[in-house]
Amino acid sequence: MIHSRPSIFHTIDWWIAGIFIAMLIFGWFSICGASYTYGETDIFSLSSRSGMQLLWIGTALLLGLIIMLLDNHLFDALGYILYGAMLVILFLTIFNPKQIHGSRSWLVLGPVQVQPAEFAKFTTALAIAKFMNSYDFNYNRLRHWAMAFAIVLTPMFLIICQKETGSALVYLAFFLMFYREGMSGAILFSSIAFILYFVIGLKYQDTLIWHSTTSAGTFFVLSLIIILSVIFDYVHSENLSESPLFRQPPLRMLAASLAITLLAILFSAFVIPFNVSIVMTILLILIIIYYCFRGLKEDNKKYLLIAAFALGSAGFFASVNYVMNDVMAPYQRARINVLLGVEEDINGIGYNVHQSEIAIGSGGVLGKGFLNGTQTKLKYVPEQDTDFIFCTIGEEEGFLGCIVVLGLFLALILRLIYVSEQQATRFGRVYGYCVVGIFTFHLLINVGMVLGLTPVIGIPLPFFSYGGSSLWGFTILLFIFLRLDAERKRAIQL
Amino acid sequence: MTDYELSKRSYVLGGVAVTIIAIFVIRLFYLQVISDEYKKYADSNAFLKRSEFPARGVIKDRNNKLMVYNQMTYDLMVVMNDINPSMDTISFCRSLGITKDDFIARMDYIKDRGRNPSYSRFTQQMFYQQLNEKEYCLLEEKMFRYPGFYIQKRAIRQYSTPYAAHVLGEVAQVSAADIEEDNYYQSGDYIGKMGVERSYEKQLRGQKGVHVLLRDARGKIRGAYKGGAMDTPPRAGRDITLGIDAELQERAEQLMKGRRGSIIAIEPSTGEVLCMVSAPSYDPRILTTRKRGEYMKQLQKDKTRPLLNRAIMGQYPPGSTFKPSQALTFMQERILNTSTSYPCAGGFRYKRLKIGCHAHPSPLNLYNAIATSCNGYFCWGLYYMLNNRSRYSSLHEAMSTWRDYMVSMGFGYKLGIDMPGEKRGLIPNAEFYDQAYAGRWNALTILSIAIGQGEVMNTPLQIANQAATIANRGYYIIPHVVKQVEGERLDTTYSERHYTMVDRRYYEHVVRGMRDAVTSGTCRGVKIPGYSVCGKTGTAQNRGGDHSVFMGFAPMHNPRIALVVYVENGGFGADSAVPIAARIFNKYLNHL
Repeated sequence: MIHSRPSIFHTIDWWIAGIFIAMLIFGWFSICGASYTYGETDIFSLSSRSGMQLLWIGTALLLGLIIMLLDNHLFDALGYILYGAMLVILFLTIFNPKQIHGSRSWLVLGPVQVQPAEFAKFTTALAIAKFMNSYDFNYNRLRHWAMAFAIVLTPMFLIICQKETGSALVYLAFFLMFYREGMSGAILFSSIAFILYFVIGLKYQDTLIWHSTTSAGTFFVLSLIIILSVIFDYVHSENLSESPLFRQPPLRMLAASLAITLLAILFSAFVIPFNVSIVMTILLILIIIYYCFRGLKEDNKKYLLIAAFALGSAGFFASVNYVMNDVMAPYQRARINVLLGVEEDINGIGYNVHQSEIAIGSGGVLGKGFLNGTQTKLKYVPEQDTDFIFCTIGEEEGFLGCIVVLGLFLALILRLIYVSEQQATRFGRVYGYCVVGIFTFHLLINVGMVLGLTPVIGIPLPFFSYGGSSLWGFTILLFIFLRLDAERKRAIQL
Repeated sequence: MTDYELSKRSYVLGGVAVTIIAIFVIRLFYLQVISDEYKKYADSNAFLKRSEFPARGVIKDRNNKLMVYNQMTYDLMVVMNDINPSMDTISFCRSLGITKDDFIARMDYIKDRGRNPSYSRFTQQMFYQQLNEKEYCLLEEKMFRYPGFYIQKRAIRQYSTPYAAHVLGEVAQVSAADIEEDNYYQSGDYIGKMGVERSYEKQLRGQKGVHVLLRDARGKIRGAYKGGAMDTPPRAGRDITLGIDAELQERAEQLMKGRRGSIIAIEPSTGEVLCMVSAPSYDPRILTTRKRGEYMKQLQKDKTRPLLNRAIMGQYPPGSTFKPSQALTFMQERILNTSTSYPCAGGFRYKRLKIGCHAHPSPLNLYNAIATSCNGYFCWGLYYMLNNRSRYSSLHEAMSTWRDYMVSMGFGYKLGIDMPGEKRGLIPNAEFYDQAYAGRWNALTILSIAIGQGEVMNTPLQIANQAATIANRGYYIIPHVVKQVEGERLDTTYSERHYTMVDRRYYEHVVRGMRDAVTSGTCRGVKIPGYSVCGKTGTAQNRGGDHSVFMGFAPMHNPRIALVVYVENGGFGADSAVPIAARIFNKYLNHL
């Protein structure tokens, strides 16, 4: 007996599809604004960027439609094959003789240039979903986790070899999914902490605080280590709620440390300037000794772990400083510094960020209006239709336009989380969280860079930045999830 | 952990997303709503500050003859956005005298942001530089047929003679280093690169004005900002009068044709440089043409180094022209007096050291020693000075005293002429020899410096300055090529007298010796009618062929010109340098 199964278009998640369409429209108008040059009046002409983007959008919609019509099991079945094929392509791309913009990541196929790294995201997501969905995947086996990490880190490594560090860093987004699937929060927590040490420590290395000889970078990082260690303790403490907040030992220790540090700063500012970080190092050592002592006395692994975290943090920070100042060649150091925005490279990256802040800032609340932005029109902002597309939105549509775009992204991400949680299979859920992680990471880095908050790493803003490869890549990524989800609902409605 | 507990982690992830967006919104609120700073920056981007260039000052010689002036030239500019795509390129190319390939190549160059970083479709781009009068006339009447093309007038430097290239220098587009050094300059500005154009750049260029214009999102100019209230007018450059005598310069350059070396003449009473020749030279006019780059490359590659101003950058052994300075030092230090005689039979011989000399009567006194340029005499003088332990406690002290005398006469350091690139020459001191000989040296080791050989190096300018000092009987004024800057008082640096450590009376003895050299000694060839010339020849030993040198002044009393002629590989002093010197004196004093 044949049931008439509901059409795939009845069960598709229209929230996500609607946000997707809205983003495509808003994105296309932004590209018109960013790439529009006076004299080229035809925004639909294929010789203009906006015309080309229209072509990409059309083909992307077609791609989405095709994916919706494909058989659901295809994705599971093809997971490893697609992943393997993509690894081969990524490997071959390393030896691509043709360099575009200083990287080998673009493959030229006749009239089109394709960036395989954009497509490797969904193949990796499929493969990791298939792997973690398999029956013998055991959450308690370290070896399985190691294999899962390897699946993610292999394409990342290959992309780094293509000198596309920005695209490679996106693969760190998979760790958000690992966290949801049971990876210890401590790992996520520590890795984020370590990244913070690295960025903050180097960015403020040469800034001095308040009439003292203390490097602001060192000061901030040492403060962070102390604060994070105590938070670590606090979050995992049991029976805390019984005593009043200020009586709780971790918070008291934190308060004491901060008070001593403040005294040291005041002493340095008004009496004799000295290096406050010496005092903080002593405090940190005392805290480590305290946790070691408690851990051994109470035979509690948690305290030893905190001690290890604090010690590891300090060791990591010291070795970063050592490697940066004593091991690396000056040009390597300069490159990292420029990447972090420490060195203002007037004609390079620093200039870009400054100009992008000017463009956005000059937009005001309501913006200057469509096609009326002077900063973007006069080409002060580089890469303004690709990585710096958010500038045009900020300048022409103002604060309100930015809020709308950010609102769309927030809605998309929250909806994706919600739908992922609804998935019946681990395959669907893992894949869904991969999509969540990738969109979140792109949003964080791209908009953060344009606003001068995160290091300058050239990755596109999904559905907004100009370019066929990235638009297709994100569309495939999203629509595979929509297809999986539609099938789930169809199964329910059946 | 149970599945239920893990699913709670979705709230953590949702929280992360909300936090990120919240931070972005706060930052955007600061940038777009609170802060004014970025709007101001944006405004400054929307203004176009266009520079207005004043006319550069002209350069005249001491007799007010124009040497460098401004000439109008016509550049063909193009605005890509306004070009008519169906324009008749064939006839356009024909009127310019270029081929269609040239046209296409030039257009590609302009559009290539890699090579032409300031490219914009809406602004004027340089299509063809410096149309000549004929090309300009041909094109001007047809310009209406080529929309998008404009003819722009621009002033370039022009030289009235092919001479004095090194003194005058040239004007060219600023380099990145120039902009770095002085933020007055912007890319595309012109700056003096060498010679007087460089050293008097600030006076010659004047002060450029600024025209503040409003620019809209199309890059189009919407007129003056606030009706021109923010504009500053340009201030014209100042004219400069040189001490150079253009006719003398011309004669001197012709005399040096085919030779290498330099001629410098100074007016002793003022320190003004009357002529400064460095040979080989080049025609400054070729560097103002469209093919400047090509010629410049040729000049830079030339093995004879025509771009080097040997007069102030060449460092040579002074040879016997150094002897007067020795005579003066020895007299002042009481090592000898005019009645002291030293033997010289074919040179200086002592222990194992031999310094040769030519045939002349022996023994001889100071006047004869200068007149015949006796090597032995001056070697003995320096030997007795350095080994005089009743006057100096050590060899070191004696050597230091000697060096102080040389420095007081203008040797060993830059004199400070108002030209870029002057070299300092070399006057060795005791520490120099300690290093060179690891502390094991004595008077005999270094004796050849007494006759201007060994380690001693002078620039031709320093030798000329010595001639002027002797002519002045004991002082010099720092040589300078610029006599006057319009509307300014000349820097007192160039009017102060610098006295040497030697008294005037000793100079009279040296002057007499140098006069004897002309009447009966080594430079009889420099005699000219009507004036009493004093001179000193030099033959500086050099591996590739001796250099021929003459140093002198005229007339003997109230001298009007001090002169040095240095001819590289010119043989004996009397061979090349002396005949040239005679003709220079004749030209300047007798107008012959």
